[in-house]
Amino acid sequence: MNILTVTDARKRYGSVQALDGASFELRKGELLALLGPNGAGKTTLIRAISGRVRLDGGEIRVFDQPVVAGRTPRVLGIVPQELAVYPLLTARENLEAFGRLHGLTGTELPKQVDWALERTGLADRAREPVKQFSGGMRRRLNIACGILHHPRIVLLDEPTVGVDPQSRDRIYVTLGELAAEGVSLLLTTHHLEEAEARCSRTVIIDHGRVIAAGTLPELVDQTVGRHRMVTLRLNSPLATDRIPTLRVEIDPADARQVRARMTDVAADLPPLLEGIRAAGGAVEDVEVRGPSLQAVFIHLTGRELRE
Amino acid sequence: MLTLLRIGWKNLKRDRVAQTLTFVLPIVFFSIFASVFGGRAGDSTPRVSVAVVDEDQSEFSRRVVEALGKESALRVRAAAANARGLDRSAAERLVRNGDVPVAIVMPKGVGAGFEERGFGGPEISIVLLADPSDPVAPQMVQGLLQKVTMTAAPDLMMRGGMKQFERYAGALTPEQRKSVDQWLPRLKADAGSSVGTGSNGGGAMSMPVQVIDVMRTDDPKGSLISFYAAGIGVMFLLFSAVGGAGGALLDEAESGTLERLLSTNIGMSGLLAGKWLFLMLIGAAQLTVMFLWGRLAFGLPLFSHIPGFVVMTVVTASAAAALGLVLATLARTRAQLSGFSTLLILTMSALGGSMFPRFLMSETMQKMGLITFNAWALDGYLKVFWRNAALWELWPQVLVLSALAATFLSLARLLARRWELA
Repeated sequence: MNILTVTDARKRYGSVQALDGASFELRKGELLALLGPNGAGKTTLIRAISGRVRLDGGEIRVFDQPVVAGRTPRVLGIVPQELAVYPLLTARENLEAFGRLHGLTGTELPKQVDWALERTGLADRAREPVKQFSGGMRRRLNIACGILHHPRIVLLDEPTVGVDPQSRDRIYVTLGELAAEGVSLLLTTHHLEEAEARCSRTVIIDHGRVIAAGTLPELVDQTVGRHRMVTLRLNSPLATDRIPTLRVEIDPADARQVRARMTDVAADLPPLLEGIRAAGGAVEDVEVRGPSLQAVFIHLTGRELRE
Repeated sequence: MLTLLRIGWKNLKRDRVAQTLTFVLPIVFFSIFASVFGGRAGDSTPRVSVAVVDEDQSEFSRRVVEALGKESALRVRAAAANARGLDRSAAERLVRNGDVPVAIVMPKGVGAGFEERGFGGPEISIVLLADPSDPVAPQMVQGLLQKVTMTAAPDLMMRGGMKQFERYAGALTPEQRKSVDQWLPRLKADAGSSVGTGSNGGGAMSMPVQVIDVMRTDDPKGSLISFYAAGIGVMFLLFSAVGGAGGALLDEAESGTLERLLSTNIGMSGLLAGKWLFLMLIGAAQLTVMFLWGRLAFGLPLFSHIPGFVVMTVVTASAAAALGLVLATLARTRAQLSGFSTLLILTMSALGGSMFPRFLMSETMQKMGLITFNAWALDGYLKVFWRNAALWELWPQVLVLSALAATFLSLARLLARRWELA
């Protein structure tokens, strides 16, 4: 059974084509990152999946059932980008309120509230008003409110925006645990390194279209290839007539820094170092980097991803 | 300093709501109050409605009734009603129900007494059945009655005066009798010539008028306080309903909780119903606290009017809460909501009698007031606390306010669709 499939989703707001035939799928127990520059259509896509946007064309299916506009599928848990909690209520009161609205009653309600508090690491602060929470704790409570009714799919819109590294780490631990339990998670993020390190697959969306999807190695193969980027820092700029021979690029921001692509670092690096020495240069530092999601992203969209 | 001025000017120039609040709102209010207190150009002067009961059916009473009908300051509703047989108790009902603030009763024998005693005035007084909640109307009618009795029947008054003269000074000589008899028809012909001109007619002579408070208020001060408690209470009820509804919907939309709520089982209809119920209960509590304070601090007769108070408070708070939801669903931002609702609430409060009793407004303004929510609510409270009306007598107010609540709720549901689906 397919968990979530988006097929040729189209949506236009006036003159803006927010979604232009976006298609992808979410698999069981995976943490899928939805990446894209601002205005790429990520939030529209999330809202369409949760039934809050009526598509002009295409289809979204959740567990093989079409999503009906205006009705959020019950198996979904939503974690909006805004801190959608009541600040004057305690964490427990917030969870109890949203739990009741999700149809949790009787002994199930406190059980699920305890589970969500435990899962997000807020159990010891459950009785404090949310307004006293740090940004990271509020983000975690935001997630707790979205997962407490045990949804099988969780949609998270920028779940780690504006939080410190510790809280971010805690959030990804929670999401990882949920994925391990078989929950499928789709999250939008601006943090490429997070998507790279924490997510099982990545979907890159731009101008309302999915332009690439897959694991990091798959994306690298599809785009920039598996070469390494070697950056050398020299004590002085190289003479310009030597550059074509050595096959390096000069960093436009710093002439003492040169870059070269290598598919086999062990074989290609020694001749380069020798060539630089012969040209009268001295190497101060060497950095070897593998292909990153950032390189893939820039390759595909022609721009960097910024918050 | 100049930079700060420039920033302030640019901000104001680009903020339409601020411009409206700064420049349009005062003009709107000035116009409303000028209309309420001064009367617009072409608007009629405030007229007092009176019921007239002619129990006497004498020439004097008929002439007075006829002259009252010609008075531009009066609307004699009973002239027609009289033909259908309006009696004193029916007139009293009209006053008690608030249909007219004053009823004039010409009791049996008033004409004979007038003809008998003339300048001395009749032993039997003209009776005014008055509702003291309107302190102006009885005074005005009393003054007009003095004028009318003097100008409508000068010949009868002269005849009475001559009788009094003859009683104490001896009979007239045949010549004197002849000249008086020649003069009396001329007086009769002149009768009413000054009616409606504002002439002061009778000078120092006065017609005895007995004013009866038909409301039989033990504590008129306490009852009037209930009127003002309702007036101010309803205005603030509207402010808190709009503020609460704004917080309930616009703030929730902004904070994202609305999105989260809509993803639960509750749905938009359930959400609006819940918000409406909450706002209604808060509004009812707010009015109750205000009336309780009125009872404690000013002796407002709350406990003797509990059933009527409960009914009016529930329907008033229901309609106010529903109106708050309409405004909150209509506005796109808090600033819009604040600007628009201030304009609407203050306008409705001015027109509807929260700031200034409606019965003191001109007729046109009184009619216009009925389009407002406040007027119906205040009429209901007035019936309860002032007229001691039975519960069933509140049906027009309950019906209108309930219909308003239902209409507002339907409208709010329609407008809230924008949050449901893009």
